[in-house]
Amino acid sequence: MSVPALRLTDVKKSFGPTAVIMGVSLDVAPGSRHAIIGPNGAGKTTLFNLISGRFPASGGRIELHGRSIDGLPPHEINRRGLSRSFQVTSIFPRMTVFENIRCGLLWSRGYKYSFWHLVGGQRALNAAAAQLLADVNLEARRDVPAGLLTYAEQRALEIGITIAGGADTVLLDEPTAGMSRSEADHAVALIRRITAGKTLVMVEHDMSVVFDLADVVTVLVYGQVIASGPPAEIRANRAVQDAYLGAPAEVA
Amino acid sequence: MSEGVARTAARPLAAGGAAGFLRRQWPWLAALVFALVVPWFSFDWSTGRHSGFIVSMLSQIGISIIFALSYNMLMGQAGLLSFGHAVFLGLGGYVTAHVVNATKGGAFPLPLELTPIAGALGGLAFAVVLGYFATKQRATAFAMITLGIGELITSCALMFQTFFGGEGGVSTNRMTGRSLFGVGYAAPIQVYYLIVAWTALSVVAMLLLTRTPLGRMANASRDNFERAQFVGYDPRMVRFFQFALSGAFAGIAGALYTLTYEIVTYDTVAGPMSANALLMTYIGGVGVFAGPVVGAVLIVLLQSWVSLLSNSWLVYAGVLFIMMVTFAPMGLTGLVMMHQPIWRAGRLGRLIGPYLRLLGPALLVLIGFVLAVELCSFLTIGAAQGKSFTLSRITIDPRGARPWLVAGLLLVGGGLWLRVAMRGFGAAWNAVTEEVKTVGTRA
Repeated sequence: MSVPALRLTDVKKSFGPTAVIMGVSLDVAPGSRHAIIGPNGAGKTTLFNLISGRFPASGGRIELHGRSIDGLPPHEINRRGLSRSFQVTSIFPRMTVFENIRCGLLWSRGYKYSFWHLVGGQRALNAAAAQLLADVNLEARRDVPAGLLTYAEQRALEIGITIAGGADTVLLDEPTAGMSRSEADHAVALIRRITAGKTLVMVEHDMSVVFDLADVVTVLVYGQVIASGPPAEIRANRAVQDAYLGAPAEVA
Repeated sequence: MSEGVARTAARPLAAGGAAGFLRRQWPWLAALVFALVVPWFSFDWSTGRHSGFIVSMLSQIGISIIFALSYNMLMGQAGLLSFGHAVFLGLGGYVTAHVVNATKGGAFPLPLELTPIAGALGGLAFAVVLGYFATKQRATAFAMITLGIGELITSCALMFQTFFGGEGGVSTNRMTGRSLFGVGYAAPIQVYYLIVAWTALSVVAMLLLTRTPLGRMANASRDNFERAQFVGYDPRMVRFFQFALSGAFAGIAGALYTLTYEIVTYDTVAGPMSANALLMTYIGGVGVFAGPVVGAVLIVLLQSWVSLLSNSWLVYAGVLFIMMVTFAPMGLTGLVMMHQPIWRAGRLGRLIGPYLRLLGPALLVLIGFVLAVELCSFLTIGAAQGKSFTLSRITIDPRGARPWLVAGLLLVGGGLWLRVAMRGFGAAWNAVTEEVKTVGTRA
């Protein structure tokens, strides 16, 4: 296999005396769609927080395209091509939908902290933002403050912001959480469409979404990987069934 | 005007051409024309002079507009509450005073019209140094650091005599004989027009800044600094650049202050001056670009007019501030903006009646409150100054029971009536907004 898009080697994280991630090793192949599943409290979101630089890891190595990203602040990691969404919707609520998307584009388009460009006059930037707005089906809501969108629309907007910067590795934290069946189906179609050609890592509770979308599934239980492989293999895995799939209460 | 500002921020500047520009920005142009002609209403043809009071007040309004807008670059646009913004006004003022003095000495042939650039650079330089520390933090920690910086610079102003001139401050003489247009700047009206020019320039520059990548990301980091990080921006750098530029504009305000008063003292960097920026910005409204402009005009008017009539103008300003924070946290412009959807739906007329019904009780409470405040003031400061409390011809004795009784009655009676009237108004408001919502969904 070529250099993995993302490689975790024995990554650990403790909050005080509590070990949350206990030596996770994981390779994510470029262009693959990788799902991380596991019961509540297994450390899935924490793992995302370590990869994206929100928290520093207590041990181990994290590499993006073969280069270490340990200890880098989130914006540095983002600039190297890794982007993420949040479990609890994270958008710019007082700005319009269009501006949310445009803010997602600014850095990757090289504007940095410019105070001498007027964003309104940047044709390529605005065209790209309009295109992305169409991609996430929010054209009709262009000038609405993002805080006033419906929940499903906000989730779609967040995915839009997440991919706006052109990151080739995208982490989505429970993109369909709290959605109705039809909303989730829409979201899956959207994710499939706009992450084409990118490496996708997602945390997801909805098993139909996982088995529909993922090429590889990793099962995380109590901060450790207990299985990793193609969906069919995971479904047949005895340990996984015992630890996770067998407990219907956990499959939200 | 806020409407135009908010809209154009999202659109190409050229959209609509000159007619579109006029339609959107007419309030700004009207304000500019007003600023240019208003001193002439006070022109005394027999002496050939403008009213000194009016010109001085107008100059102060211009300075305050720049100061408050620069404060809102932090507060409204970047969500940074600063308690030390006067530092950059004051330091800009000191730098300008030294530069003007150097010009006068012939060492530095800078035309007086351009000395605000020195103020801007002074404000910028100090904001870069102090901002480096302050912007390491956000939210409460940031506010605390700016409070500390304010105290630090105020005490420095009293310690370092050569730069700050100690308690006496630094005086200067604006008649340097160096001007781009051959103007002497002996008359305050000439300085006033210089202030108008620099205010117009600063307002436009600060408005345009909100539409740059930095301006947009300042809003974005205000809304959600974590998300800003995950789109590639370091929120700390956003805060730093925004802080530095805001310091530069405060420095321009400080330069104009120096040119107006020809003296800078330590109170230009001190707490009350910083509080003034907060007061003006908050009362005007932090959510709308023009909010601080409205606040600056209002506070200076209060300061100038009400302080002529009463010793207690600060009490009124303070109560106004508390009322705004409690009942209208988005400020006066925020209140106006709340009516926008109703106006668009053509339902504003429905609110005229309910508003008129509020007028009576509100007036009673206001009169009662003013009477009570003035009675207190005449009992204490007024007595010390040997003044007596007169309304047209009637002299009111603050030691008697009757005026206090009247004030109490007005406050209690008016207050109770106002409560009832407010309930009616609330019902009317809800009915109208409900109606507007259904109109909106149907359209």
